[in-house]
Amino acid sequence: MRKNVGIGVALLASASLLAACGGNGDAEPAEVETDDTETTEPDETDETDGEEDAGGDASGSELVVWSDAERAEAIRNAAADFEADTGATVTVVQKNFEDLRSDFLAQVPTGEGPDITVGAHDWLGEFVESGVVDTIDLGDRAADFEDVTLEALTYDGQLYALPYAQEAVGLIQNTELVGEESPETWDELIDMATDAGFADRPIIFYTNGPEGDQYTSYAFQTSFGAPVFVQDEDGSYTNEVGKGGDAGLAYAQWLYDNGSAGTGYFSDTIDYDIGNELFATGESPFIVQGPWTIPTFTEAGVDVAVGPIPAAGDETAAPFVGVQGFYLSSQASNALLANEFLANYMSTDEAQQALYDADPRIPALTAVAEEVSSDPIIEGFLNSAQNGVPMPNIPEMGAVWDFWNPVQIALINGEDPESVWPTMVENVENAIAD
Amino acid sequence: MAARPPFVMQRPQKDRGQREPTGHARNWVGNGWSFLAKLLVMMLVNAFGLAAIFSAYNADSWVILSVLAVLLALANWIYFSRRAIPLKYLFPGLVFLGAFQVFVLVYTGYVAFTNYGTGHLGSMDQAVDAALIQDERRVEDSPTYPLAVVRDGGEVGFAITDAEGVVYVGSEDEPLDAVAEAAVNEAGVPTEVPGWEVVPRAELFSDPDLQNEVTSLRVPVSEDAEDGSIRTREGSSGAIYTSSLEWDPQAQTLTNTDTGVVYFASDRGRFVSEDGDRLAAGWYVNVGFDNFVRAFTDAAYAGPLAQVTVWTFAFAGLSVVLSFALGLFISLIYNDPRVKGRKILRTIFILPYAFPAFMSALLWRGMFNSEFGVVNEWFFFGAGIGWLTDPWLAKGAVLWVNLWLTYPYWLLVTTGALQAIPNDVLEAARIDGAGRWRQFSAITLPLLMVSTAPLAIASFAFNFNNFTIIYMLTGGGPAFPGASVPLGSTDILISAIYQISGVAGGRADYGLASALSIIVFIVIGLISIVAFRQTRKLEEI
Repeated sequence: MRKNVGIGVALLASASLLAACGGNGDAEPAEVETDDTETTEPDETDETDGEEDAGGDASGSELVVWSDAERAEAIRNAAADFEADTGATVTVVQKNFEDLRSDFLAQVPTGEGPDITVGAHDWLGEFVESGVVDTIDLGDRAADFEDVTLEALTYDGQLYALPYAQEAVGLIQNTELVGEESPETWDELIDMATDAGFADRPIIFYTNGPEGDQYTSYAFQTSFGAPVFVQDEDGSYTNEVGKGGDAGLAYAQWLYDNGSAGTGYFSDTIDYDIGNELFATGESPFIVQGPWTIPTFTEAGVDVAVGPIPAAGDETAAPFVGVQGFYLSSQASNALLANEFLANYMSTDEAQQALYDADPRIPALTAVAEEVSSDPIIEGFLNSAQNGVPMPNIPEMGAVWDFWNPVQIALINGEDPESVWPTMVENVENAIAD
Repeated sequence: MAARPPFVMQRPQKDRGQREPTGHARNWVGNGWSFLAKLLVMMLVNAFGLAAIFSAYNADSWVILSVLAVLLALANWIYFSRRAIPLKYLFPGLVFLGAFQVFVLVYTGYVAFTNYGTGHLGSMDQAVDAALIQDERRVEDSPTYPLAVVRDGGEVGFAITDAEGVVYVGSEDEPLDAVAEAAVNEAGVPTEVPGWEVVPRAELFSDPDLQNEVTSLRVPVSEDAEDGSIRTREGSSGAIYTSSLEWDPQAQTLTNTDTGVVYFASDRGRFVSEDGDRLAAGWYVNVGFDNFVRAFTDAAYAGPLAQVTVWTFAFAGLSVVLSFALGLFISLIYNDPRVKGRKILRTIFILPYAFPAFMSALLWRGMFNSEFGVVNEWFFFGAGIGWLTDPWLAKGAVLWVNLWLTYPYWLLVTTGALQAIPNDVLEAARIDGAGRWRQFSAITLPLLMVSTAPLAIASFAFNFNNFTIIYMLTGGGPAFPGASVPLGSTDILISAIYQISGVAGGRADYGLASALSIIVFIVIGLISIVAFRQTRKLEEI
């Protein structure tokens, strides 16, 4: 008999697993529900069920929003008004940020996706090509948002998401070692660091170890006038690669000159953790990093000041600006309600403030951004971001990183710029032509 | 079974059933409790199964629903029938096999013949929807009008208020027309429209079908289609939008009415015009053997993939041979009774086995750091050796870490096997005058191989797909210089597949990745068959 019980239990488990693993197939009933029950507060779920049973009263409908842990609470708070006004329920399904993109891509076509998801703007191209996102219309509200955030979420002239935050790397300096004043040029930075006694390691140039990291160093590249793609006059990217030519070579040469074959300032040995550690322990006075590292430094007792990234070439150093937004699914089951939620609730000052409080990134609404930049550190990052350009949102960007990062490492390790850089440009052009 | 005369099977069973209760809990007599327990478990299974079936029904997933229904019916039949005794034991296993092996295999096979990947994720209908969505634009100087959704029987329309406060109403077939005597609230939204019933917002939001109708409704501004039409996104305001793409379901073409360009559905799952212009959204289609052909012939993939394949074999083979040799060597030493404290020493040697492999790989990654890592600092006097940046050193580092991780396994296995070798055989050899080496090579090793060779084959297959160590230690890097695909010199096939599948972000090509997985599956299958045949010969010693 014991065996029979065992088999029964196994069968039970297998039935549930079978239901759950159907996700590889064309539909996925169980998984989504599991997520719901796991993440919604219990009383909230009960309430929903009760209301559904009761029917009528505009409360039957439910909006499903996917979010990562940091923002889930803020979305729930911002949704409270909406729930009170409309009687609808907003269910926030919590996922890992990295999973949001692939899950959204996989599940929206099957009809199992959410109505809304939080996401980064550089996912947009893939979303558009896969047809999983709907356009949105901010109407007159559009003027209240920072331009760069709208630009980033615009693809082929259409706005696809409600922006709510932007972020960019800035130059962080240890004020105890080099003072409050931000350097304006690369040479000035080197002089300041050398005077302070850091001739060996004037700046932490976070390179993600041997895998390379052009994201953080992009501002230096733009200062040589070599953007990743050429931008047309209204700021949107063309698919013409801008890294080629003399400007690109000048940047490559600069990397080479400061790599192991030259001054040795850059190396492939520093990754995210090592870099932050070196800066936090005062081994170097400067680091290029994003706002998310600030707590690490302040907790280590370092007094920091933040400023725009200094130019190494002749032009303004423009870092990549990353924008976070809310995407609306093209297969949303409650499109009207979802639009109402985005356009009239999540775009309010209060909602954006709540999101900022939950996860401090520079708000996309200009008024809210100005308010929070009374904090000099946030102001520094905002200044840096205002110099910046949105990271391209075309799907080919994935391929671009794959070729671009290794070349950075090759140059730092002393390979000839004249040969490796043009090959890389050619590879990128081929990858995009596909 | 079929050849047997039926009475042989049936008679004894019948006899036994009448004379004495069986132990299989089929009736109340004697074993009532076990039957109750079974009933309880089956009730749970049924309750759970039915719940799953209902949720499948709610999600409209008919395939899953029918599979679940069949499985549930089968389960009930099997566990309440007197006939299916073997199946009672096999059924759960078969379900697992079906769910986790057969289904995955069949599905991978299916994907390998499609172009499923970035830009080809949905169906053609969804691609058309997407194209129409992406094409529709708000007229630039269109103001935002306060809007109400109105209804007249089954017909749905919009009522808007313009800047002068005049209310217009229209539906899909009737362009906007001014209505007199309409009432608006303080926000300008029409609240009463003669001839129409204003749909309350609460009702609008609680009816998904109506929502769908409203979001897809376009009310022409005038008879002239060029003027655009009103659409609403949230049901309380509207603006004028124009669209230039038109879908012709008969011809399966999208026509741009402004330029006259016609986009045809290509057999690669794209809408392409005659000049080669294509629309952004695509869908997935069957591409036959394209993915397999591409893996071998596409200039971009073939070269790097060939290198990756060679390294995969070298990595898996060397990993097994080296760790086997080291494990055996250590176990031979510590098998000698003259060694003191053998248990403690063995425990120490087995320690790496206790670490999770991915943690170890990450730790080693740090230790191999050319500037801050302890390997250079302690053993190479601070020389900046780029363990993970030089293609050959990186390969060596991967092998070294894998050796460190896996020799304890072989130490355990060979220690056990050595102790199982009867001592008298070795004694006889010693008496015959065999030296130590001779004893080892002619007796110990062959006897050892009988029990360990199958494990070595399994270990080879495991290392062939040892994604963890590659991904955690080098990420496949250093990248092939100048190659036009993002693969690197320590990539093995499985990590290359991961890279190509684009799960990490950017461009995904699940079709090609699936095709490669199938090739890997076949390779491993072939090697295992050949190798297991060979090991049978060992047993003949």
